[in-house]
Amino acid sequence: MSNQRQSGGVGLFDEAGVERWPDALAGARLHVVTGKGGTGKSTLAAALALALAAGGGRTLLVEVEGRQGIAQLFDTPPLPYAEQRIAVAPDGGEVRGLAVDAEEALLEYLEMFYNLGLAGRTLRRMGAVEFATTLAPGLRDVLLTGKVKECVGRTVGEDRRGRGSRQPLYDAVVLDAPPTGRVVKFLDVTKAMGTLARTGPIRTQSEGVVALLHSPQTVVHVVSQLEDLPVQETLDTVDELAEANLPPGAIMVNRVRPARLPVSDRVDEGDLRAGLEAAGLFLKDDEVGGLLSEVSEHTERLAVESGVRSRLDAAGMPQIELPELADGVDLGGLYELAELLREQGVRHDR
Amino acid sequence: MTAEPVPDGGRGRRPQHLDLDALIDDRATRVVVCCGSGGVGKTTTAAALALRAAARGRRVVVLTIDPAKRLAQSMGLEELDNEPRVVPGVDPGAGGELQAMMLDMRRTFDEMVLGHTTPDRAQAIFDNPFYQTISSSFSGTQEYMAMEKLGQLAATGRWDLIVVDTPPSRSALDFLDAPQRLSSFLDGRMIRLLSAPARAGGSALRKLVGSTFNLFAKAVSTILGGQMLADASAFVQAFDTLFGGFQERANATYQLLRAPGTAFLVVAAPEPDALREASYFVERLGTERMPLAGMVLNRTHPVHATLSGARAREGAESLEAARGDATTAAVLRLHADRVETAERERRVLARFTRAHPAVPIVDVPAMATDVHDLDGLRAIGELLSS
Repeated sequence: MSNQRQSGGVGLFDEAGVERWPDALAGARLHVVTGKGGTGKSTLAAALALALAAGGGRTLLVEVEGRQGIAQLFDTPPLPYAEQRIAVAPDGGEVRGLAVDAEEALLEYLEMFYNLGLAGRTLRRMGAVEFATTLAPGLRDVLLTGKVKECVGRTVGEDRRGRGSRQPLYDAVVLDAPPTGRVVKFLDVTKAMGTLARTGPIRTQSEGVVALLHSPQTVVHVVSQLEDLPVQETLDTVDELAEANLPPGAIMVNRVRPARLPVSDRVDEGDLRAGLEAAGLFLKDDEVGGLLSEVSEHTERLAVESGVRSRLDAAGMPQIELPELADGVDLGGLYELAELLREQGVRHDR
Repeated sequence: MTAEPVPDGGRGRRPQHLDLDALIDDRATRVVVCCGSGGVGKTTTAAALALRAAARGRRVVVLTIDPAKRLAQSMGLEELDNEPRVVPGVDPGAGGELQAMMLDMRRTFDEMVLGHTTPDRAQAIFDNPFYQTISSSFSGTQEYMAMEKLGQLAATGRWDLIVVDTPPSRSALDFLDAPQRLSSFLDGRMIRLLSAPARAGGSALRKLVGSTFNLFAKAVSTILGGQMLADASAFVQAFDTLFGGFQERANATYQLLRAPGTAFLVVAAPEPDALREASYFVERLGTERMPLAGMVLNRTHPVHATLSGARAREGAESLEAARGDATTAAVLRLHADRVETAERERRVLARFTRAHPAVPIVDVPAMATDVHDLDGLRAIGELLSS
């Protein structure tokens, strides 16, 4: 475990006294996770699925971009188009994973309503299915979100006709959504439906998706990082989500590095050398110079961080903080992040 | 860069160093394509490299795709007008110049259509709602149009070096695949099948699936609506006459990408995802026999002092235990953090270099702030060439 870990002290409330994971988030059933490319969106979605399943729950982690990110994160073979158990959650509980594929989803529909039989696969091989999903760019998103909605609504023991008990199969579904640039378009199913026929089964289902996405059952989290561009994109996305009337969740600030030296501390070369010698370190001039330039880079970074932090604070959303993991993200790292999420109050109220 | 050696089981050797100055100074280099997955700093790399080449005497144009606002402004690009503009403030001492442009994919598509047909017919195509969908939101259009624009720029002969950024796709491979996907989409076979499967009938294709295809076509038209298929069909008919010209053009650009004067740069960051993408891309370029110059590894965090992480940590602990100088202890902790980060980055990179030992690499240390003026780009250019 990393000795950089500082979040033990992060706590349930942020510095402004805002609760990091208020009840509204604990009650949500669909957690959409977006973020600028490279900020660790998929990793945090996975850690969130683990944290929400902790203590005997069951969650589903869904990916929609066809990159098999879940399999890579959990170190499993590529996921088929089927929900599959991928991890055991802390203190009991399980996480299942699903890689939704628009073409498979379309075939599933056609299968259900038109009984295509085996020929569906042939059509897929011919490229006909891809063609149909390409023809109407909105169709792809409608199919993907439609599948997610179906998973949220699924109940224990449900059969193909949707009959089952009242108890939801999944406590919560975590959607690893497209990155910030595309996410609002992806979730704005109403607009996407404009390109589709006015009647028919997909239309009906889409209306259900719209209702779910705009209900308190859904929250959209944005993963950010304490740098200029990711913060700018986060804030832009928060605005766009509000405009599209999509319910905001938390800002998940990822890869927070420890502040070793307050900005106000100036490091004097002579004092540093004396301090080093007191610690038994007798370094050459260029070594000491190197340490000093690391200090000045650190100071510069802290200045940038404090600037972007105040811009994030102004967004008025709950904030979760996660550290940079020294060993990078492997399966153990996911559990470590899940634990840190739980320490900040992340939970699902069943 | 000073770095302490990291034990890696003796399997990995240090990768060869990528000499970008040699690449841009070589007059035989005519096209540089910067590829990589989204969020690794492709556009900034392309802009910095173009600026450096111009300052070293090349007549350069850089084609950027969707640059961050401040980066665009730093090159004097205020609006999306699909035309190269002179970048003010570039040192003309060496006889070079820099022009920059942002890709407007819709306009590029329009120009392509206009270049292959009469204005009347072009207008009919522009008015088709289906064309509007394809030219603005089809997922491969941006990649296709970036290639088309590259072809146009190369055809003018106006510049002796073209630097191209590529779209922020989820995968770098999209850049190579999209034109093929779009053209198989536009060649109309599927549309004809879907809109009038009976007439397209008799084909081996239809026999293959029998009446299922009719059923499928019916189902698809229930979902998409009859109007959309009708629009699509009209569009494809109008496109039919243009298609040969497009195909030829796309082939010519594809050949340009394989020509000796072209160099691909894979841009990545020291993260597993970005390097995995880089790996796929390197393999693919090999398959396509496209020339790879090397990899730019952005946002690394090298250490500045060779003191080991363990010794720094011990020093900090001893100072803390003895209630010694807290500032020195903090400086040592800070250094230990950096060593840890640098080691992690090197481990991630080592996986790439073991698979691709022949790919030369240059790394560009992370900067605290984003580029917002030409000096910032010059500084990155320096790092790229160090």
